[in-house]
Amino acid sequence: MTVRKPYVRPMASWWRRNPFFMRYMLRELTAPFVAIYALILLVGLVSLSQGEAAYNTWLSALTHPASIVLHWLLLVAITYHAITLWQVIPKTMPPVKLAGRALPERAVTVFGCLATLAVSIAAFLLVKLL
Amino acid sequence: MAETRTIEMEVLRYHPESDSAPRFQSYQVPFTPDMSVLQGLQYIKDHLDGSLTFRWSCRMAICGSCGHMVNGVPQLSCHTFLRDYFPAKVRVEPLNHFPILRDLAIDQTDFLTKLESIKPYIIPAEDKPVESGEFLQTPAQLDRFYQFSQCINCLLCYAACPQYGLNSDFIGPGAMALLHRYNADSRDGGRAERMPLVNEEEGVWSCTLVGYCSEVCPKGVNPANAVNQNKVNSALDYFFRFLMPKGGTR
Ligand code: SF4
Ligand code: FES
Repeated sequence: MTVRKPYVRPMASWWRRNPFFMRYMLRELTAPFVAIYALILLVGLVSLSQGEAAYNTWLSALTHPASIVLHWLLLVAITYHAITLWQVIPKTMPPVKLAGRALPERAVTVFGCLATLAVSIAAFLLVKLL
Repeated sequence: MAETRTIEMEVLRYHPESDSAPRFQSYQVPFTPDMSVLQGLQYIKDHLDGSLTFRWSCRMAICGSCGHMVNGVPQLSCHTFLRDYFPAKVRVEPLNHFPILRDLAIDQTDFLTKLESIKPYIIPAEDKPVESGEFLQTPAQLDRFYQFSQCINCLLCYAACPQYGLNSDFIGPGAMALLHRYNADSRDGGRAERMPLVNEEEGVWSCTLVGYCSEVCPKGVNPANAVNQNKVNSALDYFFRFLMPKGGTR
């Protein structure tokens, strides 16, 4: 007679078993950095509404060495997050059709990354030139 | 004559009557460049150890029986070649996230129950007598579900999904791809019956968009796409039920 004793293998440290999962975990871990940066900008907006003095305090806080270090860290984390997010975005939507043919997923990823880069450069120039 | 080389195959063994946990066993397998991992397993069974248990049938990537973890990656073992692993060893394990019954054979009951629950057949919107002819469909309408109809139930996507591994109540990529295959079919009218399964926490909302299921699918089904398109459908379904409390899912 056959013995049935199904064995279930444990899931402990599953994300360390495959580089694909590690990249996924890193994508999820870099998400809070996006929130942190949004918060920094929001504080700036609130300080702007409170008048020139408050706004200047926010601006000078940004020039603090700790803030510079934080911003470099944010830049690296958010860049990684943006690229890896654009890699999965095509999986979330119906295929993009151009002249009746579906665009390859890669095209959407590349377009998204370039668009993010363009908007970032535009925002940078706006702040630099004004 | 193609040259014969010898590769080490490390196979996970589990015999429930004598083993309390699975263990690895190594075999030296002679192979020619045209031999698949499945043929390696068959060599072991025929020549080295007749007690090795594994499933297979078609040997041509169409029946979906021979899915295994090959060096940690979910693969159809008839579609994976020993030459690509040589000179390193190749490690063959049962598909991840499923209970192991014996050696490489897993228990698929959970998937089969889910497959049945999604009503994987066309439910016509209205009864149409045979005399009135066939249901016609344009190429564009076919295009909307064709890719999802290519699923061979191989379960590689389930072995690739950590959310399924962590909580097997999740309906999972393959069943959702097939659910979408019918919902997206212009001949089908069963959407309202299937939406409750989509809307559940264990429906599409357990997915965190890891995306590995679509990477490993041997048939280009892109199950992650089916799951995530249905997050939109599920949100719309929720919204429309506020606007049209009676039957807003059409
Ligand atoms: S969606 Fe692809 S990986 Fe999943 S069961 Fe179907 S064919 Fe296999
Ligand atoms: S034996 Fe049929 S898919 Fe591999």
